[in-house]
Amino acid sequence: MPEAAAPRPAHRGPGFWRGGGWLVPALPLWFVLYRCLEPFANWLAYRRLGLAGSSRLGSAVAFFAYDAPKVVMLLALVVLGVTFVQTFISPDRTRDILAGRAGAWGNLLASVFGIFTPFCSCSAVPLFIGFVRVGVPLGVTFSFLVAAPMVNEVALFLLLGLFGWKIALVYAGTGLTVAFIAGWVIGKLRMEKHLEAWVMQIDFKPSTVAEAAQSFSDRLDLAVDGVRDIVGKVWPYLLAGIAAGAFIHGYAPEALMAHIMGKAAWWSVPLAVLIGVPLYSNAAGAIPIVQALLGKGAALGTVLAFMMAVTALSLPETIILRKVLKPRLIGVFLAVVTAGILLVGYLFNAIL
Amino acid sequence: MKIEILGTGCPKCALLGRHADEAARALGLDYELFYVKDLPAILAHGVMSTPALVVDGVVKLQGHVPTVRGLMEVLKG
Repeated sequence: MPEAAAPRPAHRGPGFWRGGGWLVPALPLWFVLYRCLEPFANWLAYRRLGLAGSSRLGSAVAFFAYDAPKVVMLLALVVLGVTFVQTFISPDRTRDILAGRAGAWGNLLASVFGIFTPFCSCSAVPLFIGFVRVGVPLGVTFSFLVAAPMVNEVALFLLLGLFGWKIALVYAGTGLTVAFIAGWVIGKLRMEKHLEAWVMQIDFKPSTVAEAAQSFSDRLDLAVDGVRDIVGKVWPYLLAGIAAGAFIHGYAPEALMAHIMGKAAWWSVPLAVLIGVPLYSNAAGAIPIVQALLGKGAALGTVLAFMMAVTALSLPETIILRKVLKPRLIGVFLAVVTAGILLVGYLFNAIL
Repeated sequence: MKIEILGTGCPKCALLGRHADEAARALGLDYELFYVKDLPAILAHGVMSTPALVVDGVVKLQGHVPTVRGLMEVLKG
């Protein structure tokens, strides 16, 4: 069959572009733009707007003009990568891995999976029941539930891009430690009887869904959807966070900040937690504030405690969990997580 | 065909509903779409991560929202 239409080579036709080929020019373009942001911001603030380099307003404007596009660009890239990887992970698979794993190893594994397993916070209750009912130990389930909001996978890579690997590692390491300890303590306390009765009584047989394998371009499409979705949702918080950060950067006197949030002030860590709890923000929105605080001499431990309190201790989630946990267990959960955050804060202020 | 979207009502559940609707229409299916928000009803399907898609009583996917194209594959099968 001489005339048989040979399938067009994938790397030439329009299928190439839809199948992910657009990444080939898009990634270098992203990189070049990213590199141009700082000179552009300086040009805008000091040349175009004519603000003095030493002035507070000039410094705040330059910070905003540089940081806003930078964080948004980083966020887009990070979400693209993370969402793509997450198409390979699902709560069901994680549950099967964790089922029956008692002991410290189970807590550790659950904490790590808690970071990367994609799940929507609104499905916390079915997830909790799903875990507990197929035999994931209660303490291990808690390690998962604490790690998930505490170490946000997007925030982790944003920190990596903005501050380098040391801070990112500290963030992940401390969050994992708190999740590990919280779950381990709850497991040791044997609090199974403090679950609401319906959790163990309700009719539940996990259904296994054999889903069709997804192609590379399907996964990439999902990742692009994720970018659109998350960047679209987060940008107002992000801009608010950057504006607050720019204000801190330009106007907050360094001496005062170092006094309030520096390591000399013992009460700064609990204060940071207290301020962080009612501020339930997306981790991405908290990061610009963190950035400005660190730049102004706030201690790393205090800032970490603040960020963890913002993301891991939240009123809405506590209310959701109340459906499955009796007050006593809720109390222990909150107490252990708070204690863990305080510990991390003091520890880092002491050693750094 | 009876398509059910299981989920307590978060934005992702609504998104799955929209995608499923679009996919079913593109395929020209004869279908009805329902949202199931009641927790015991969701659990009765054995679903632990929402949103989930149930077609004629069978759980087809849970915990993520595919593209419209991906859903067309699921609904065809």
